[in-house]
Formats: sequence, C-alpha cells, structure tokens
Amino acid sequence: MEKVVLLGDEAVALAAIQAGLTAAYSYPGTPASEIMEFLIRNSEGGRKYTAKWCVNEKVACEEALGVSFAGKRAMVSFKHVGLNVAADPFINSAITGANGGLVVVVADDPGMHSSQDEQDSRYYADFARILCLEPAGHQEAYNMTREAFDLSEKFRIPVMIRLVTRLAHSRSSVATAAPREQNKDLPYGTWQDWTLLPGNARRRFRILLDRQKELLEYSENSGYNQLVLNPTGGRLGVVVSGIAYNYFKEVASSLPGEPSYLKVSTYPFPVNKLRRLIEQVDEILVIEEGYPFIERFLQGVVGISGKTIRGKMDGSLPATGELTPDLVARALGLPERTGLKTGDFKLAGRPPQLCVGCPHADTYKALNEAIRDFPRPVVFSDIGCYTLGALPPYNAIQTCVCMGASVSMAKGGAEAGIHPSVAVIGDSTFAHSGITPLLDAVHSNTAMTVIILDNGTVAMTGTQPSFGTGEPLDRLVAGLGVEPNHLRVIVPLPKNHQENVKVIKEELSHQGLSVIIARRECIQIVGEKKRS
Amino acid sequence: MKYDIILAGVGGQGILSIAFVIDNAALEEGLFFKQAEVHGMSQRGGAVQSHLRLADGQIYSDLIPLGQADMILSVEPLETLRYFEYLKPDGAVVSSRTPYTNISDYPVLEEVFREIKKAPVHVLIDSEKLAREAGSVRAQNMVMLGAASIFLPLKEDSLKKYIQVLFEKRGPQIVQTNLKAFDLGRQAARA
Repeated sequence: MEKVVLLGDEAVALAAIQAGLTAAYSYPGTPASEIMEFLIRNSEGGRKYTAKWCVNEKVACEEALGVSFAGKRAMVSFKHVGLNVAADPFINSAITGANGGLVVVVADDPGMHSSQDEQDSRYYADFARILCLEPAGHQEAYNMTREAFDLSEKFRIPVMIRLVTRLAHSRSSVATAAPREQNKDLPYGTWQDWTLLPGNARRRFRILLDRQKELLEYSENSGYNQLVLNPTGGRLGVVVSGIAYNYFKEVASSLPGEPSYLKVSTYPFPVNKLRRLIEQVDEILVIEEGYPFIERFLQGVVGISGKTIRGKMDGSLPATGELTPDLVARALGLPERTGLKTGDFKLAGRPPQLCVGCPHADTYKALNEAIRDFPRPVVFSDIGCYTLGALPPYNAIQTCVCMGASVSMAKGGAEAGIHPSVAVIGDSTFAHSGITPLLDAVHSNTAMTVIILDNGTVAMTGTQPSFGTGEPLDRLVAGLGVEPNHLRVIVPLPKNHQENVKVIKEELSHQGLSVIIARRECIQIVGEKKRS
Repeated sequence: MKYDIILAGVGGQGILSIAFVIDNAALEEGLFFKQAEVHGMSQRGGAVQSHLRLADGQIYSDLIPLGQADMILSVEPLETLRYFEYLKPDGAVVSSRTPYTNISDYPVLEEVFREIKKAPVHVLIDSEKLAREAGSVRAQNMVMLGAASIFLPLKEDSLKKYIQVLFEKRGPQIVQTNLKAFDLGRQAARA
C-alpha cells in the first residue's frame, strides 16, 4: 500500500481512477473543482480515461449516464447547487438505473464559504431513492469511492458520495489499494430499461422501490456504520455522521465516559442499529453537518415517547453554518475553552476583492458612469468573480441568484417596467445557463441590455477553460438572433473608459435587446502565462 | 505528541506553499497530519487561513479547537490577530511585520504590533526585508516558515527537502532564493 498526500477531493478522484474509471465529467464549482483538476492532471502519461470539464452540470451528468449505458464506469462531480442544475438527469438516472458503475459526487458547502446556500444533498439522494455514502475522513473518501462503483453495479443504481467543504479541502495522507481495470464485458443497456416511456418508467420505478429493502440491508451490515455501545457511557447516546464524527471523537475524550454512539455513513441509514442505540439511552444527540436530516427522521412528527432528541432542531447545535469541535463540545456539555483575546482592538475585516488590474473593475466603472443618469436602472448579475461588484467601491449590481439568472431576471424585470434592465454575466456562466434565456429575450425583443464579461476563463474557481469566449462567442450571440448593430464589443481598459461609457449609454437607451461583450483576458491568466 | 498550527495570511501570499512543506516533512518523519485549507472566493485578496495539525497518533478533527493551537504562523500582522482565540496560553506567535494594506481601514501598525506582543511567546519578523535579501519579495512565506522552524517538531533538513521539491519545477535559481529565505527567517527568529 502506497501512502499519498491528498485533498479529500483528490482522494475521491484517485479512488475513481483506481476503480477502473472510463470517463468523468464536471463543471467547476467550489468546493468540488479539485476532483476534476486532479483527474485531468493525472490523465496524462498513458492513463486511458476521459476527464472533461463540461458546459454545465446537467450536460456533465448526462454524459456520465451515457458512459454508464455503455457498460463502463463513470463519475460526475459538482458542488451542491450544481446538483440543482443536474437534477433532471440525476433523478431519472435512478429510474433507468445504472449499467456501468455511476458515481455522483456532490460537495456541499455548509457555512456558505463560496456558495449562495447550504442545501444538504442527502435530501436529493433520499428523493431519488438511491444509496448515499458520506465519508468522515480522507481514507473513507478513498475507500467509499472505490466501493461506490461496485455498489452501483451490484444494485444497478447511481450512488452518491456526499462531501462537505471541510473534507473536500482538507489534506491528509491516504493508503491506496491495487488499481482495477476498466470494465470490458458489460453489454449496453436495454431499451426497455432506458427508454422512459410511461409503461417502462412505471416498471422501472417499481424495481427501484423494491430495491430499497436491499439498500437498507446493505446499510445495516456496512462496517462504515459503526455502533459502539458503552455500558458506562451514561444516559446520552450520540448519532453522528460524516465529518461531524471527527469533531465528536476529538472532544468526547474529555468526557468522563465516552457516550454510546452510532456513526452513520451510508443512507438509507441503518434503522436497526439506530433502534439498538436508542433502546440503551434516554437522550439522543444528533450531530450532523448540513441540515438536520437524520434528526428530522428520528423526531418525526411527534418524537419518540420517553426519549429526548437533541440537535439542530432544539438549538443544542446551531441550525445554520458549519460545525466546529467547539460547538460539538458545547452540545456535549463540555466547558467552553478559549485562547488569547484581542480585547477592545478593532479587527478590520478583509473581504475578498477583484484583483488589481481586473477587467471587470474597468467594466463596472464604465457601467456605473453610463447608468447614473437613468432614474431607476437595475443591474441583475450572476455567479462569478464579478459578483464582488456588489461590494464597495463598485456597488454596481443588485442581484446574484443562480447560474444564468441575470439574463432571465433582466427579461422579467424589463417586462415589469424596469428600464434600463441590465444583465451582467461572465462568459462561462453565459455558456452554462445564459444562452437559453438570451434566446428567450431575442424572441420577445425585450428592451434590455446583456453585458457579457468575457475574460476567457472560469476565474473564481481557479481558471478552468470557458466554453463561450472570444470570436466564437460573438458568432454564438449573433446566431441567436441579436441584431448586429446592437451587438457591441468593448475592451475594458482604463484608456478606453470614455469610449466604453459612450457605447454602454447608447445601448442602455435602446428600446430593444442589446448585447455588449466586454472582452479582456483575466489578469490571473495573464500572470500564469508570464510565469510559465 | 501533537502540534497544532494556524497558518494565516492574505489570499495570494502563499500560505498553502508553507503548508505543503510542513505536510510532507511531517509525513516523511512518520507523523500524522491533517490540514484544512481555504479555496475559492476568499483567495481573491481576502483573509485566508489553514488549520494544520501534526501528531504522532490519529488526528480526528480537521479543525483546531479554540485555545488549543501551539502556534499562529502568519505572513501578515493584522491576520495574526484574527486567530488569537485559537492560541493556547503558552502558544507561540510567529508573525510577519510587513502589512498587506489592500483595505482602507487598516489599523495603525504600531497598535497591531502592541497587540501581537501580548502573546507571551512571540517573534516578529521583517519578512519583506529578508525576502528581498534572499532575492525575491515573493519569498516572504519561506522567510516565515524559516522563523517558525525553530519551534516546529520537525527537522530542518526535512523542511528544506520539501522546499526543494516545491520549487524544483521553477529552476535552481528560485530554489536557492527560497532556501536562503528560509535560512534568513530561521536566523532572525534565533536572534
């Protein structure tokens, strides 16, 4: 066994390679990006698997499904909100079932370090009626991913691996096992299983429901779901899952006796093990990262007679944000520990900001100047570095909701009477989810202006390739039917400021649809090129 | 044995490079380690931190509990203070004196130093000056690692080995600059 230093994300990626991966797909998003980064980095040197960034998560998920149909092993990875984008193929892949092993890796972001919400993907796994594995540490991330491919082929369903930021971006050493070859002999899927006409879909859904017994049985027997009954552990029992297990183990040694506990690592969770724990104790503390998923099931509508259930729902642990060892210690009744205090000293905050020399900064300066004479303008924006334009000194945008929403919201806003109604969206975000709403706006000739910030990369997540940049982007936008004289290209540089203000003003005044492409390469890319 | 370190700085200052060297040196010396880092949005000029834990046995939590860090190692003085509550009462502060002033409300520097000096064990290093002396102002992170090395439960040689590994691809000149930066930091902390 070889020991390697890996991020949690990378442990998943390496496990997939060594499980006989044929193809993996993804769209960049923190905290999942490093999975595909690792796969691409290691695909050189004769390794015969495909690892590709895709235009968006739905496409990535469907490509992986095609690989599974072909009888090969596939993985798709993205951040939690990426699963919203991929929800359609994800849910329906549980109905078609998997042929070659299909693993869906979702990295949740409790605490919203780099996200707009902290939704818990375990609900999605439950909704799709599939198996979900939740590693607590790096070795489990590796082992579970290896096993997930086998489980997917055994139960013929996609299997979810749920990560959280703290594991995805934590680094530790991992012992690896001998690699497995890619699948060779699996036949393609059959049309009766994969063509979800109602007749087939009903039969397939029945099969999925019937399989639930087997999934539960797997969970009951899985060694990952560790039940530790400590007769001297007292009245309190702990149900703990994922990375929360690490915090529990870290602090539980300070208790007079370690409480009995059940570590939940696979879903559907092991009901009998849970029952055995509950029988032993009067009070149950549920510690889980994300939403109170297990806790809500346990509590049900009326609770469990004679037992107290504690966790995120009764305030023993905070309902939002990321867990810490200190929060878990407090929930276990341990005294608070603190270190040095800085007293009255006022610590200035240091929020992230656009880089010095960033093209977006020049675009925002020009936009702010061009728009200020209009009485009630609105700038709808989107997901990317340019969302930082909401903060001083720019204060240039009023919304950021989800990928592509700037364009669709600007259309809705315009139709509700907003003028100028402006959308500001990056080139990759436009390719991801901005093209379809722009087609909508072309169809209605909506009086709105879309500014595409074309810096040629997916900058925020680490400069991955963009699918809608440069001259092909111009042709794409023109091809959607945007009028040529209202499709403008500007170069956001301080020396072009006056000219850019003029162009933007003209298009803001236009009573129809216009698109301005602000094109200048990301300063990070310029730097990378210089260094290499 | 366990040794918990809060690494701090501003996005772009290279604290993950410090972490790389410590992680690999620890692994080479047969220690366990866990290192939680920050990626994504905060890396754009914002405050960044990494929890780095070394031990001779299994480490559970990826995060260091409050009041338990053995060291705050920071490439920026204001960022040092941001994590004070993690330091245990007799923990060491190894901090740069060189401010990174990309914010308009940066406090008076002397007051920042005064606060840092409230830590019973503290080392303040002019990382910018020493990095320049080594050959590149970008090597401040290795100056700070050198300064911290006098406290770390790791051999100087193992640390230097992984500085070499880290910068190898960029050529011998850059390797030498960073090794020198490490040495200058180490000497300054001893002084």
